[in-house]
Amino acid sequence: MALTIVSQSGGAAGGCASSGCGSSTDRLAHLPEAIRAKVNNHPCFSEDAHHHYARMHVAVAPACNIQCHYCNRKYDCSNESRPGVVSEVLTPDQAVKKVMAVAATIPQMTVLGIAGPGDPLANPERTLETFRQLSAKAPDIKLCVSTNGLALPAVVDELCQHNIEHVTITINCVDPDVGAKIYPWIFWNNRRIKGRKAAEILIEQQQKGLEMLVARGVLVKVNSVLIPGVNDEHLKEVSRVVKAKGAFLHNVMPLIAEAEHGTFYGIMGQRGPTTDELQRLQDACAGDMAMMRHCRQCRADAVGMLGEDRGHEFTLDRIEHLEIDYAAAMARRAEVHAAIEANRAAQRRQSGEAFVSLASLTRRLPAKPESRPVLMAVASTGGGVVNQHFGHAREFLIYEATAQDVRFIGARKVDLYCTGDETCGEAETSLQKTIRTLAGCEVVLCARIGYEPWGQLEAAGILPNGEHALEPIEEAVTAVYREMQESGRLDQSAPAQQRLSA
Amino acid sequence: MAFKIIEGCVNCWACEPLCPSQAITAGTPHFVIDAKKCTECDGAFAEPQCASICPVEGVILDGLGVPVNPPGSLTGIPPERMAAAMAEIRAR
Repeated sequence: MALTIVSQSGGAAGGCASSGCGSSTDRLAHLPEAIRAKVNNHPCFSEDAHHHYARMHVAVAPACNIQCHYCNRKYDCSNESRPGVVSEVLTPDQAVKKVMAVAATIPQMTVLGIAGPGDPLANPERTLETFRQLSAKAPDIKLCVSTNGLALPAVVDELCQHNIEHVTITINCVDPDVGAKIYPWIFWNNRRIKGRKAAEILIEQQQKGLEMLVARGVLVKVNSVLIPGVNDEHLKEVSRVVKAKGAFLHNVMPLIAEAEHGTFYGIMGQRGPTTDELQRLQDACAGDMAMMRHCRQCRADAVGMLGEDRGHEFTLDRIEHLEIDYAAAMARRAEVHAAIEANRAAQRRQSGEAFVSLASLTRRLPAKPESRPVLMAVASTGGGVVNQHFGHAREFLIYEATAQDVRFIGARKVDLYCTGDETCGEAETSLQKTIRTLAGCEVVLCARIGYEPWGQLEAAGILPNGEHALEPIEEAVTAVYREMQESGRLDQSAPAQQRLSA
Repeated sequence: MAFKIIEGCVNCWACEPLCPSQAITAGTPHFVIDAKKCTECDGAFAEPQCASICPVEGVILDGLGVPVNPPGSLTGIPPERMAAAMAEIRAR
């Protein structure tokens, strides 16, 4: 059975923005110790953790109980990397085997999520059976689930029984009139319900589910899809409401809509937001609560670090005959996690010093009001350091540096998603595509870079920099900002560049 | 009279647990309804359950062979708009 489905209702995600919340050493410092411990190694709930830890999704939940206008259940493209897309649906037994195989092979994988390809809670037996087995067989793996919320109130207590500490609810609206433009129908009490009434029921269940989870001490992340002209302004209200009810984190993701995907929005020509619009909205919501900016909108069967997918290494035919000694794997995993934590602690100490020196620098140089922010792109394979060759980077981490701090803005993929066969679209070289992806950035930090891309980047107004290879990202960004400040580059306005649309 | 699942079914399992007659089973290349068991939910539910949750238009036929969810009825995409978009994609 091959089932591939397009939707954005799933998607693992989460995390506080960078040192903008304070210095990088205390970005989660405002949280109680118990909560910090819960998110410390969850790549989707902690931005810092996503540099170090991996996650995986198992696609055990094919059925859905609602239709979203950004989803097409018929869609089939094996190269797609977006929520709701999977290569094969697994039974709970197959999923458990896969999780243990991945845990043994990729010890930094700390989190198992169920996110589709339909709605996990519309498949309660399959989802809960997977959790039941894993909590017994692999107690060192965090379990989490992502849902549209319609069936949430009915299963909250069962979820809590299985020790689920993280739940993501996709909430695109709190107003049924907005909802009627996003959800054409829901299946509720044995009937298909359409229009405003459908949205009203969905919203009611989502809000009730959120309240019930918070009351039981479960960490809730809210995902919202930003749909320009439909819910863009409204998402500020969503952010206020869910924060007031105790949601931990808000993740505003850009709509993905292409005619090729066959979705309502794709066919009807609804556009996605530009990176600028997305960032503005995230900033507007940030006043109300912690925003996640490192979401990669991953597939419902993704495996590996956020932004990478090693799912092809763990297909059913490859894992079928594997015998996993999980006790041995768990011991090795504990060693790897301890090494990662030691490395993170060292990085935190280093970055802390970097921030002190930047602060003293800004005191020495009288703070110029025109000392403007600078966007920098970073090529990294993980570990929180600048360590990737420019030409190998399939995505870039975007940081904004100011005289006061460095904050993580988001990740930009070079191949955002498949838009049909390779011959379609304009004949754009991959280098041109990369340069377009970096629009708005003035510097790109990488481990190394070739001669030709160097020239083309410079011509496009983006300065390549390979001098901070293997340094912690925020420290490197701080150092480059300081160099720009000292050389007077910040006195000039940012070079004119084309605005990038998402 | 009985409903029928035809090509286009995406094997999403949504209908299977809802059937009050246990008439639906997974199959290759897609799910099938046992015509001998299907009651069209008569007497059990106000609406036929499989056709009320099925996310794909045109893949469930009623006893007369008519699609219960015709093109455009679930997605809201006007069929002519869909045809135009598909023609445009093919022409690229």
